[in-house]
Amino acid sequence: MNVLNFPLLSLITFLPLLAALLLLFIRREREGLIRGVSLLFTVLTFIVSLWLPVLFDFGSGEMQLVEKASWIEAMGVSYYMGVDGISLWLVCLSTLLSALSVLCSWDSITDRVKEYYIFLLLLETGMIGVFLALDFFLFYVFWEIVLVPMYFLIGIWGHPARRLYAAIKFFLYTLFGSVVMLLGILAVYFYAGNQTGRYTFDILELMKISYPWSPSLVSFQNLVWLSFFLSFAIKVPMFPFHTWLPDAHTEAPTAGSVILAGILLKMGGYGFVRFNLGMFPEATWYFVPFMVTLSIVAIIYGAMVCLVQQDMKRLIAFSSVSHMGFVTLGMFALNMQGVQGSVLQMVNHGLSTGALFLIVGLIYDRRHTRMIADFGGLSTVMPIFATLFAIIMFSSIGLPGLNGFVGEFLILVGAFHVDWRWAAFAVTGIVLGAAYMLWLYQRTMFGIVTHRENSDLLDLNFREAMTLIPIVILCFWIGLYPAPFLRAIEPSVKKVVTHLDKARKVVEGGPSPTLSAVPKR
Amino acid sequence: MTAAFNPGVDTLHALPEVFLCTMAIIVLILSFAVPDRRGWMEGLSVAAVVGTGALLLWQLGEPVSAFSGMYLVDNFALFFKAVFLISTLFVILMSINYLQLERVPVGEFYAVLLFSTLGMMFIASGGNLLSLYVGLETMSISIYVLAGFLKRDRKSNEAALKYLLMGAFTSGVILYGIALLYGLTGTLDIKQTAATLVQMNLSNPALLLAMVMLTAGFGFKIAAVPFHMYVPDVYEGAMTTVTAFLAVGSEAAGVAALLRVFLGAIPQIQGDWAVLFWILSVLTMTVGNVLAMAQRNMKRMLAYSSIAHIGYVLIGFVVGTEQGISAMLLYVLIYEFMTAGAFAMVIYLRTETVKGDLIEDFAGLARVRPVAAAAMVIFLMSLTGIPPTAGFVGKFYLFGAAINSGYIWLAVVAAVNTAISLFYYMRVAMVMYMLESPGPVSVSSSRPLYAALIFAVLGTLIMGIYPGPFLDLAQASLMGLMK
Repeated sequence: MNVLNFPLLSLITFLPLLAALLLLFIRREREGLIRGVSLLFTVLTFIVSLWLPVLFDFGSGEMQLVEKASWIEAMGVSYYMGVDGISLWLVCLSTLLSALSVLCSWDSITDRVKEYYIFLLLLETGMIGVFLALDFFLFYVFWEIVLVPMYFLIGIWGHPARRLYAAIKFFLYTLFGSVVMLLGILAVYFYAGNQTGRYTFDILELMKISYPWSPSLVSFQNLVWLSFFLSFAIKVPMFPFHTWLPDAHTEAPTAGSVILAGILLKMGGYGFVRFNLGMFPEATWYFVPFMVTLSIVAIIYGAMVCLVQQDMKRLIAFSSVSHMGFVTLGMFALNMQGVQGSVLQMVNHGLSTGALFLIVGLIYDRRHTRMIADFGGLSTVMPIFATLFAIIMFSSIGLPGLNGFVGEFLILVGAFHVDWRWAAFAVTGIVLGAAYMLWLYQRTMFGIVTHRENSDLLDLNFREAMTLIPIVILCFWIGLYPAPFLRAIEPSVKKVVTHLDKARKVVEGGPSPTLSAVPKR
Repeated sequence: MTAAFNPGVDTLHALPEVFLCTMAIIVLILSFAVPDRRGWMEGLSVAAVVGTGALLLWQLGEPVSAFSGMYLVDNFALFFKAVFLISTLFVILMSINYLQLERVPVGEFYAVLLFSTLGMMFIASGGNLLSLYVGLETMSISIYVLAGFLKRDRKSNEAALKYLLMGAFTSGVILYGIALLYGLTGTLDIKQTAATLVQMNLSNPALLLAMVMLTAGFGFKIAAVPFHMYVPDVYEGAMTTVTAFLAVGSEAAGVAALLRVFLGAIPQIQGDWAVLFWILSVLTMTVGNVLAMAQRNMKRMLAYSSIAHIGYVLIGFVVGTEQGISAMLLYVLIYEFMTAGAFAMVIYLRTETVKGDLIEDFAGLARVRPVAAAAMVIFLMSLTGIPPTAGFVGKFYLFGAAINSGYIWLAVVAAVNTAISLFYYMRVAMVMYMLESPGPVSVSSSRPLYAALIFAVLGTLIMGIYPGPFLDLAQASLMGLMK
């Protein structure tokens, strides 16, 4: 399928790793050079990743630009990469946010610069790899690799007060989920191997198998589904598994928060679509009521917690819980609009929340505080900053014309098709979301300057503005003309949904009482 | 059944052991004949290990049984002998500078170390319960001596005495088990024991008693819970290089003995010992990991960590299939590299003034010695089981074997344990990277130690990124062990 026969996906994945290796050979005193090389390579990776949508066949829902090579033959492990509509924009988002993360760390990271950028670049390789891997072994390797640099980013460059606690909490939580998923992967591998006689970790091959399902919690497919669920639910994070998030996001350095919120959470959402929906359709139907309940709780609970936060960063962290609740709600509507909307909304949330963390980082660099009460009336002092903040805030709220609206709208349509009450609950979340964001903006930006220290703050310089402007452009683009983005996502989502529809018949044939809770679409 | 005894040919088959034994004696004699030539001892010891390794390569091929079936040369034996030699090589490289710091007699140390390795090699080749037992004793008695090498250090004395008393007791228990088997079958040959047991179709409680005795005995050698009580004190008190030898060499030898005897002599009652070892495995990994969390001394922490890893290894034994056993072998090999690496880091911090075995002693290392700290992170990741390191591949294969055979709960317990272990392994990383050292950090500058570190890092990474050949190796090594 790869007409050019050029390993583009590997290039995108391993360019940052190459840069990290290069940095090893630069003396640590030459901080300017280190920053420059990092920026050069992350921007280069971003530019190369823009070739993906160019080469991508928008009409096909299959894996494209695939690369395959044997790796561990004894276990049926291969190096297998490919991109489809579900992963395409997430890869581009990863490369973009990585480049912006380098840019936003320029002046704020002054300690151990060399290690910092090495970890950041390793992180980028891991993230991109997660979205592109088509072999479970490879996927798991990338999935875990991400944790290590993030642990160090939070622990070394985080906010001094609680960074050690936040770092280990993040690591423990996510590793726990991961090892449970590993058991699920192995179960799938051996089941499929014993059935077909060919042992392989090839994700596409494993998707073709239908795994035994019965409407009981302990049927094979339901158990494996739960093992994947645990890992992804922690990563997303869904409601009762979210407690690591406020700590990690708040204590991480700005770039760490941006990547955590912008991409790491998406790894969970991506995992749900790719594996839970794509591989275990019957179990997915079985767990719809469970998932939707958790999603709605997350939407409303997350938003309400935001209302009482005094720390800006913590507020934005909790808003992620609420927004990711939308993503999982749309996903488990299990129809075209819902799933498509949630895939797009993952990109939207990555952009807007990434930008919000950048914004908090920008004023933190100036004032070294994140407390809402320490600010007020900034719009008169920093007009450019205030404008950009306003646009991002509206994007996050979901104002028509900006990207957040498109995603939320699709998700609500998808949810409404299934059950109007789901949509009704979700809309409450949107209202609350508008409330806490506007209130935040009002308290920090409007009015007179309440603290004298704030009256001579500098507005954004060119570098700082450049961290936000690309995101703002994309917010408008997706908001005003989402067609190209949706067109790429559609065929792949259609494939998943068709697969799910077939499974629905099997599920409804069963005597499960829980399914009566799933109304007709 | 037993081949005729042919001294000339049989001795040729045992050439690696003969060579190693000769070299050990030469080192011992030279140590008092030419006391000032320090470099000689190390050089000769390395040559002994490398030469023995080369002779092993020469032995590759058809399995051979020599000395009336008492001594076997099969892939299994060769695999474990290679593991022992690698661990001995690690220990020698680590010791070269360290022994001078601790001011212990060099020549005797290396001689005893080589004798101990010789014992291990006889375990791996043991085709007869008695020859295996003799190998076990040769190894153990040498290690009792090594554990007490710091004559003026009370902790070292305590370690040696504790290990000696417990070890002597265990040897008795193992002998008792062997005697029971002999009483039941009338033979000490491992293969014939199995054959006789099948023929008799025995369901004698004495057989179960023998199994329990052997389990307790080997459980002590591999430090499985609840036979692990001596481990933390011995690990802490002994010289760090000896501790490393205990952790990588002696435990691997215990595993080899366990496999030889249980799979060779009493496969008939596999159902019974699988249950027993299921419990041991769960206990061992859980107790090891939970207690490791509370340690402040690096050597003690690694002691508990080694207990936990034996728990993982036992998963493969419980499964008992070809897949399970080969997963065990692979894990032993991987464990050797990552644990040797971690111990090398402890020795790296040992200087004239600093003992360097507390976890706090690692504080600020990343700032002063970023490369060494990064190496330690790789070992810690591997010990936790995070890709792309070898430890991940090992666990992956072990968990896979468990799941494929339906031991879901065992795999779940192991997975939860993996998450627990992250906590204490990453604390070391945290101390290195996120805390500042109160004073200047001084480290060893021994080149052989650097070589050991590089060797360990390479092993840990290569087996993690490209494990295919090592998997094949582990599978091929089962030949001669299982039917």
